[in-house]
Amino acid sequence: MFRNQYDTDVTTWSPTGRLFQVEYAMEAVKQGSAAIGLRSRSHVVLASVNKAQSELSSHQRKIFKVDDHIGVAIAGLTADGRVLSRYMRSESINHSFTYESPLPVGRLVVRLADKAQVCTQRSWKRPYGVGLLVGGLDESGAHLYYNCPSGNYFEYQAFAIGSRSQAAKTYLERRFESFNESSREDLIKDAILAIRETLQGETLKSSLCTVSVLGVDEPFHFLDQESIQKVIDTFEKVPEEEEDGGEAEAEAAAAPAEQGGAGDQDVAPMEM
Amino acid sequence: MTFTIPIDNGDSVKNAEADSQRTLYPYVTGTSIVAIKYKDGVLMASDMGGSYGSTLRYKNIERMKAIGKHSLLGASGEISDFQEILRYLDELVLNDNMWDDGNSLGPKEVHNYLTRVMYNRRNKFNPLWNTLVLGGVKNGESYLGMVSMIGVSFEDNHVATGFGNHLARPILRDEWHADLSFEDGVKLLEKCMRVLLYRDRSAINKLQIAKITEEGVTVSQPYSLNTFWEFKAFHNPTAGAEGSW
Repeated sequence: MFRNQYDTDVTTWSPTGRLFQVEYAMEAVKQGSAAIGLRSRSHVVLASVNKAQSELSSHQRKIFKVDDHIGVAIAGLTADGRVLSRYMRSESINHSFTYESPLPVGRLVVRLADKAQVCTQRSWKRPYGVGLLVGGLDESGAHLYYNCPSGNYFEYQAFAIGSRSQAAKTYLERRFESFNESSREDLIKDAILAIRETLQGETLKSSLCTVSVLGVDEPFHFLDQESIQKVIDTFEKVPEEEEDGGEAEAEAAAAPAEQGGAGDQDVAPMEM
Repeated sequence: MTFTIPIDNGDSVKNAEADSQRTLYPYVTGTSIVAIKYKDGVLMASDMGGSYGSTLRYKNIERMKAIGKHSLLGASGEISDFQEILRYLDELVLNDNMWDDGNSLGPKEVHNYLTRVMYNRRNKFNPLWNTLVLGGVKNGESYLGMVSMIGVSFEDNHVATGFGNHLARPILRDEWHADLSFEDGVKLLEKCMRVLLYRDRSAINKLQIAKITEEGVTVSQPYSLNTFWEFKAFHNPTAGAEGSW
């Protein structure tokens, strides 16, 4: 994507019918570290890669609880993501207060999308630079949605966003047809395996990822490090006896090839 | 230097003119509603009278209405406020339907929405002068609840408003049980309505019974109850006090 004379304002169309500022905002999502979501008929699992600014700092939170029955994972400008999570929590709690009933996730997602759309049609605003994977329940069961800076939203069986998400998507594409009937445990395992794909060579440890679950009879919560490590241990055996890839191959450099632009060291500090 | 004093015309505490905008007394009122849960859902009974003080002025008022697919609302108290509430609920149901996403408002949601409305109006000293009964069935579960004009709200297996609280509920406490059949439920309600007819001066002998089940709402055609006046004590009422009437 190159600079052109139609990309200064979000309210300027290009002659080919594109809004470049919105597309640039979607690029910001690709720079953030990976976030993954998958769902079965009754459960949704959201997982993310823990990335820290430096060795001295702690990692940024990318998964937020919106309500007992809704969680969101973000990729891109985390500050924008936090603000939108706060909006979602607010909508959810207002609905619960008035109707004593959980807000159906499909309705929340539409409100979120409409909010994002506003920023694509005001000259004094900019689009939100964050992609959101929203997992939640409504009357018909579990759902997973992806909300885009463009104001579009899509429903998915499984999806991955952020840097090196293509590797995770390839893994999910191979397996997604079985997800609807998956057990909760298999779903979690698939999520962690998908996260592993995005690490491309780095050893998978529980400290590197955050995993959250919600289900029809299970309020949203994070899995603790022990539980995650237990799942990892079921498929990552002792270092020399890896089932597929991993330690046996040379450890990839800290900044391996990725899609969508700049290398790790060039990631803007505000994006995680 | 110009200095404007803010005038709040809605403030009925400081502004006498605004007083005329808030509810002070009810004018056209409906009397009791009685409702019970039964085997397939909820049964509700009300008469069709609208009183104007002590005059039984209107005799064809439907005080029970279906709300959406799953709920039934009955109201006693000021009829115009009931009609206002129906307009609020109309808008609520319309917006719910416009989502067109397979989710729908159930009786619990409607009941809580009404509780919020009633309580908020009470806080502004401008109540909707009604006691509302909300019954419904969704996903096989029956629901029956009540909200008063001051926002008191609760659920129960049987509810009644106004005089019904005093005359009908004792009967229901003795004779209601879970899984009543439709016929038994109607008989029980008719028993309550008959007592109300005898003893509540604002009751008229023209009632409707509404039923709500998983299939939907049906409100019966109006009918009247049989009454009995041939008690011996009524035959020669002045026997004990000659000359009186």
